[in-house]
Amino acid sequence: MQFGIFTVGDVTTDPTTGRTPSEHERIRATVAIAKKAEEVGLDVFATGQHHNPPFVAPANPPVLLASIAAQTERILLSTSTTLITTTDPVRIAEDYAMLQHLSNGRVDLMMGRGNTGPVYPWFGKDIREGISLAVENYALLHRLWREEVVDWQGNHRTPLQGFTSTPRPLDGIPPFVWHGSIRSPEIAEQAAYYGDGFFSNHIFWPASHTRQMVQLYRRRFEHYGHGSADQAIVGLGGQVFIRRNSQDAVREFRPYFDNAPVYGHGPSLEEFTRQTPLTVGSPQEVIERTLSFREYAGDYQRQLWLMDHAGLPLGTVLEQLDLLGEEVVPVLRKEFAALKPAHVPDAPTHAGLLAAREQTAGTTDTRTLEEAS
Amino acid sequence: MTTLHLAVVTAGVSQPSSTRMLSDRLTAATVSALRAADPSLEVVTEVVEVRDVAHDLADNALTGFASPELQVRLDAVSEADAVIAVTPIYAASYSGLFKLLVDVLPKESLRDVPVLLGATGGTARHSLAVDHALRPLFAHLGALVAPTAVFAATEDWGGDSAGLLGERIERAGSSFARLVSGSPRERAADPFADVVPFDQLLARSGR
Repeated sequence: MQFGIFTVGDVTTDPTTGRTPSEHERIRATVAIAKKAEEVGLDVFATGQHHNPPFVAPANPPVLLASIAAQTERILLSTSTTLITTTDPVRIAEDYAMLQHLSNGRVDLMMGRGNTGPVYPWFGKDIREGISLAVENYALLHRLWREEVVDWQGNHRTPLQGFTSTPRPLDGIPPFVWHGSIRSPEIAEQAAYYGDGFFSNHIFWPASHTRQMVQLYRRRFEHYGHGSADQAIVGLGGQVFIRRNSQDAVREFRPYFDNAPVYGHGPSLEEFTRQTPLTVGSPQEVIERTLSFREYAGDYQRQLWLMDHAGLPLGTVLEQLDLLGEEVVPVLRKEFAALKPAHVPDAPTHAGLLAAREQTAGTTDTRTLEEAS
Repeated sequence: MTTLHLAVVTAGVSQPSSTRMLSDRLTAATVSALRAADPSLEVVTEVVEVRDVAHDLADNALTGFASPELQVRLDAVSEADAVIAVTPIYAASYSGLFKLLVDVLPKESLRDVPVLLGATGGTARHSLAVDHALRPLFAHLGALVAPTAVFAATEDWGGDSAGLLGERIERAGSSFARLVSGSPRERAADPFADVVPFDQLLARSGR
């Protein structure tokens, strides 16, 4: 099981002080947060991709992640999400293959469609074509990483004749891909078809909905012959604010919640924690809530938390990461590992995929030798 | 025995509410006309008081999902075989709360669904709001809107015209009952049960 954080990189005024960080501060803070995530023992750092204020840090995910790769040793770098609809799949193929090389394989990606209407026309696309763009662009990306020379023609970009995406994926192994979707069954179907991962960012949605999406993905994963339904690769979003004492967590987080860009001025903190996975409380409460996700998502492979939005100052976010890394994740690792049946795989990593290929190659070699003797 | 699910959306805010009174009388008139035509018919009525979920509606508009309390009501409306919708008229149109509910109903949930419209207002001078505001809204939703709607002004509840309101309600109810007893609606496909296979999604794109 992998544990990590994902950021949306918003520049938001701290409602308790009225202070707004500069873009530069926010971008440097994002790098500091990623380094801290590695330091406290988390497995994954993922960044969103946005092209509109107040989301400044993630306008250039490959650049951000390359910088973080240079300053870290171990943490896996990912996206949450890469806009497969409005980003040219050729750019995605080349940028992230490059990042694979620079980070020694510490890369995977999460595809998403994005949710800001004007982003589509800004990039020459039509939001009504969202699903079609996600399907076609990913089909091309999938080929660009797997075929040396690609001839291709589609509806959404200029055709390619004799095109080679460079650099080629590290060791010939494309980055593992997750498909993120909150409400579109087509995307769960897409993830199942390719045997890719499915990520349900259920931080803004009730559990009943997440259950439906994950069940659909698992059922179709089995249908397409990638393994049994419970072997499908599932990731979940989450959102927590932790203090040792539950009341302190609620008191401190409430003004950030009440003014958050996404759900602020809507439901109360109490309603939102009841209706969505948001957990504001002690480490023990976060542990119990997170373990309960398994009841409706099954044994899953990746848990990401949103920790750094809504104007929370950097110092607070770093303290949160300490609590997460020291008091929450070690317990969750043990508990989830004890619950997981042996036939349920871990999330694929570059090292794991490489080892699996070498093992297969090794078996073939042995057989060839045996046949020869 | 056939069962018919009738949802009644009523958007009055006062207690007691004349909007609720009109809703109840339209419901009673419709049910009795339906039962007169088919005595074996069982009519299950679910009343959605918009006021009860006013905050939930605002939250849904902001977060994109319904609270459990609101979801039950949205399900009742979107799964109904017929809907009676009654709103007070404010500033020449349906009330904001009423429109909030319509805004968060799942897409297509009222397509081909028979709908009886009702409205209340201070004086009869607002009665055309039913036709210039409510009717276009439900036309947009693709509902089968009953030609006869009922507008009740304050004076309709007493005085010389009181009996006439009762007649209009009876007429609307029996005409609506005939519309309802036509062919039952087609249920929308469950997108989770009937997923579009990926090769079909892919075939719509390039190669």
